[in-house]
Amino acid sequence: MQERIAEILSEAKERLACATEKKEVDDIRVAILGKKGQLTEILRGMGGLSKEEKKQIGPLANKAKNELEQLINKKFDDVKEAAKNAQFKKEKIDVTEPGREFRMGVKHPITLVAEEISKIFKDLGYEVVQGPLADTVYRAFDGLNSPANHPSRDLTDTFYFNEDICLRPHTSTMQVRTLEEREAPFRIVSLGRCFRCDTPDATHSPIFHQCEGLIVDEGISMTDLKGTLDLMAKQLFGPDTKTKFRPHHFPFTEPSAEMDVSCFKCGGKGCSVCKGSGWIEILGCGETHPNVVGLGGIDTEKYTAFAFGMGLERIAMLKYGVDDIRLFYENDMRFIRQFR
Amino acid sequence: MLVPIEWLKDYTNVNVDIDEFCDRMIMSGSNLETATHMCEDIKGVVVGKIMEKKAHPDSDHLSICMTDVGTGRLLQIVCGAPNVREGICVPVALPGAFLPGALHGHDKSEAGVTIEEGEVKGVKSEAVICSHNELGFEAKIIPVRDSEGIWILPEEECGLKPGDDLVEAMGLASDVIDFEITPNRPDCLCMIGMARESAATFEDELRYPETETKNEGEGKCTDYINIGISNSEFCKRFYGRVVTDIKIEQSPWWMQKRLMYAGMRPINNIVDLTNFVMLEYGQPLHAYDIRTIKGGKIDVDTVAAGTKFTTLDGNERSLVENSLMIKDAEEGIGLAGIMGGLDSEIQEDTTTIVIEGANFDGDNIRLTSKALGLRTEASSRFEKGIDPNQAKDAVDRVCYLIEQLGCGKVVSEPIDVYPNPVTPWDVKVRVSRVNKIIGVDIPAQQMLDIFADLEIKAEMQDEDTIIATPPTVRLDLREEIDFVEEVARIYGYDNLPLTLPAGVANAGEPRAETVRGMVRDALSAMGVTEIITYSFTSPTDVDRMRLPEDAWERNFVELMNPLGEDSSVMRTILLPQMMQTLGLNFARSNQRVRFYELGVVFAPNEFEPGAAPVESENLCIGMYGDLVDFFVIKGMVETMLDKLGITGVQFTAESGHPSFHPGRCATMSVETEKGTVELGVIGEVHPDISEDYGVGMRVYASELFFDKIVDMAHTEISYEPLPVYPAIGRDIAITVDEETLAGDIRKAIKDTAGDILEEVKLFDVYRGEQVEKGKKSLAFSMIYRSAEKTLTDEEVDAVHEKVVLELKSRFNAALREL
Repeated sequence: MQERIAEILSEAKERLACATEKKEVDDIRVAILGKKGQLTEILRGMGGLSKEEKKQIGPLANKAKNELEQLINKKFDDVKEAAKNAQFKKEKIDVTEPGREFRMGVKHPITLVAEEISKIFKDLGYEVVQGPLADTVYRAFDGLNSPANHPSRDLTDTFYFNEDICLRPHTSTMQVRTLEEREAPFRIVSLGRCFRCDTPDATHSPIFHQCEGLIVDEGISMTDLKGTLDLMAKQLFGPDTKTKFRPHHFPFTEPSAEMDVSCFKCGGKGCSVCKGSGWIEILGCGETHPNVVGLGGIDTEKYTAFAFGMGLERIAMLKYGVDDIRLFYENDMRFIRQFR
Repeated sequence: MLVPIEWLKDYTNVNVDIDEFCDRMIMSGSNLETATHMCEDIKGVVVGKIMEKKAHPDSDHLSICMTDVGTGRLLQIVCGAPNVREGICVPVALPGAFLPGALHGHDKSEAGVTIEEGEVKGVKSEAVICSHNELGFEAKIIPVRDSEGIWILPEEECGLKPGDDLVEAMGLASDVIDFEITPNRPDCLCMIGMARESAATFEDELRYPETETKNEGEGKCTDYINIGISNSEFCKRFYGRVVTDIKIEQSPWWMQKRLMYAGMRPINNIVDLTNFVMLEYGQPLHAYDIRTIKGGKIDVDTVAAGTKFTTLDGNERSLVENSLMIKDAEEGIGLAGIMGGLDSEIQEDTTTIVIEGANFDGDNIRLTSKALGLRTEASSRFEKGIDPNQAKDAVDRVCYLIEQLGCGKVVSEPIDVYPNPVTPWDVKVRVSRVNKIIGVDIPAQQMLDIFADLEIKAEMQDEDTIIATPPTVRLDLREEIDFVEEVARIYGYDNLPLTLPAGVANAGEPRAETVRGMVRDALSAMGVTEIITYSFTSPTDVDRMRLPEDAWERNFVELMNPLGEDSSVMRTILLPQMMQTLGLNFARSNQRVRFYELGVVFAPNEFEPGAAPVESENLCIGMYGDLVDFFVIKGMVETMLDKLGITGVQFTAESGHPSFHPGRCATMSVETEKGTVELGVIGEVHPDISEDYGVGMRVYASELFFDKIVDMAHTEISYEPLPVYPAIGRDIAITVDEETLAGDIRKAIKDTAGDILEEVKLFDVYRGEQVEKGKKSLAFSMIYRSAEKTLTDEEVDAVHEKVVLELKSRFNAALREL
């Protein structure tokens, strides 16, 4: 019996050494440790042995069983590992092949600039307002204190549907609308599409976008105007941006100014972007004219206001270095995709 | 507005360098376009005197000029100018000289020309005698006398010697600044106006020109002419003086140079003088030859529409209603404030003139000038506004200069018809108000000083009130706020600190803008890119969309003044421009193009004709390329709407939409509490349209009514707890007729299964060998779950069985083994 156990053990070891697949190992396990396995039979047949024999064979058989179980488990692990490695080898890929292309959509660059600017002003407590593209001549001109003979009213400058209704030539119509509807104080910005009778070329487009801002409150002064727009410039063009306010004239503000920013390309030394001056003009602004502030009945002695307006295409062109405004409306995929 | 600095210095001091001058003028409100240093490029050009002129042996128009250039040896120069002659001084470009202009009438080269010794038709030419053009002067400012030849230099007046450096001897190098004058400051459109700005900016003095005349002419003005104003609404003032013994000749160089550098061409002394004084004061002036004024009488009045009149430029014009004319006893002799008549122009032999300094109504001039299509220096100045008080000073100034130049005798007792003289006006300016608006604390005294610098008379009425009286040329200073601006700009915007408005305010945005942002995010994530196109289009766009004659899309809002026929109407739909954009991208070989546009469309206001058109917003999606088909775009629209909380969109087959493939088009709608809401259309664009727009692939598009989406959208996130009880899944596969719609089956499943059906999904559609011809197999997966308890298999089976029976009876469906 002792010999038989030793024989089973050595035979099993031999077969295990040769096995390479899980099934082979499993067969060996069944043949020896299975229900009808060789060692199982021996252990099962122990009942018929004498007490003496039991004492002698029992531990031996159990030891052999334990040893074999360990060997088989280890072999299982080895075979599994080998199979995994073989699989890995088979599944090896060329990681330098290109990744699958996932094209995200892209927002139009004018939308990007509009969102950036409205975020800046929302953070400053301004409310975004919107209104129609076609509006009255009153809201486009008269309400804004624009003289009756101002050339911007001409048929060669502004699109009309009839003598009272035009396509808004600026977002300033929203100043009038807000002043008509609201009580002071308030702060608003309005971004949107405007129209002027310009034949398209590299710097002109009959359709363009503006951002308009208006704040009406007690004690709003030119120093507030400067501080607010300086802050905006720094957020839009970088923290080192400097601003310069030059006196100018607009019918709807007085005093009026144009704001230049230090050239973000050359930092003010002078380059092709700023035409050597170190400064780039980006917007018009001013203390809102009392005739405009008061158009809806706001007390102009109590409340003062400032307003500003800028062209979004101009900002986008400067910010991204686009040299032809027509690109914004041509919508070539290769152009828009660059703003992702 | 071109301002030669040398000329400006006649009226004020400029003690800083040109860069600082420009910077400070900009910061006080006079923005500039350019600053040019005239003639700085000319090198090596000297004064030469032609001692002898010989004919060229081989040419009938060339001559050989033996020219003294101060070296002791005469240079032999071949010259082709018709006005070259012995004894004159001319500019001579010596070998090595640099000329910024074009040589001998060649095209102007950017780089200029360097002169070398040469040979012209076999004759040696040691230098070049120059014209203005060659020296770089623009054609429009070259004096008439020398415009067809070389520049004959004013030898005596400038004390020129052969060999003198031309630039130095003629004082050519000088700065000219082109100021941008805003429409509120017509008073700055002249030298005195700019000198006033400069004097205020640099706190320097302002010197007015001399106007006092000696009046050596015979008699008095009324002996020569009578002047009246019949229409005093349009003619505010007519100030006239007579000058006799006129000698027409060249103007002195100092005046010619000032005119040229200010952009005007010297013609002759009398014309130049009126131009010179116009540029000094901003007051247009006109000189009439008294011989041409019939009946010794001038009147200003309107004429009947249709009256013919030939203006100075030789054009006969048919006048319009309210055209204001200067008339003599018989007929019109000048179009008031716009242009003189051809017949009354100053001639070479003119001896007695009437000088007009008049003031006309700006609106009248503007309307006439516009109607006639005739805009002149004078008309543009009147349009912008001129102080009538200027007329006298300007005419007197011309007379003074005529006396100084010795080219005429001024007659005494000028005629001044000025029915309603403009007198200075007072404005109350509160110191506290000025400071409130500017945001700093400027003392009253400093404001008074600023006003004084601007020639505004100002005095304190009480401790907070200044009574300010501007000079009458300052037409823009009418209200308190106008004076706030004066204080601010002279105080200096640069000197104001940066502050932020006090207080807090509620930011926010309209709901539509929030939804726009969500739509953009959703579409971006699905690979769709935003485009922006024009709001106006061609009326033929709808033809290209194959829309019928009576289509609502043809109900256009038309522009009164479009840029052209192809942009003459406001768009009613976005699809045409989407197709145009897809066509452009296809032509440029762009692959996988997926676009969307959010845009306003327009319809006439049916309820209130003449009111603003009705605007609504549409969302158009369009795409071509591999990996797209109807179900891709449908899925995108559903996913986007799902993000907005809009679910259960019905897609109803639409075979009649002319712009889409009849078998691949659907209308979209949603059932709401308020009824069915139409969302728009989706489908494969009709192949004829794709071809028309040059897209060589199938195009899928959808146009949705964005405003309705905004109405229904949920912009807030709604959270529901995760289900507590387990789900039970069942799949079902059925065979039905090809015509049976998957959507109908799905709906039947949902309706029959009731509340415990959590989800039903079509996961497979099969046609082929295993399925009878004319039939298709649809496989759905269903998930059953109850919110109240764990469902048992028996409960689910019972419901599922009901579903199967329903499908069998309603759709004649046969169950397939899965």
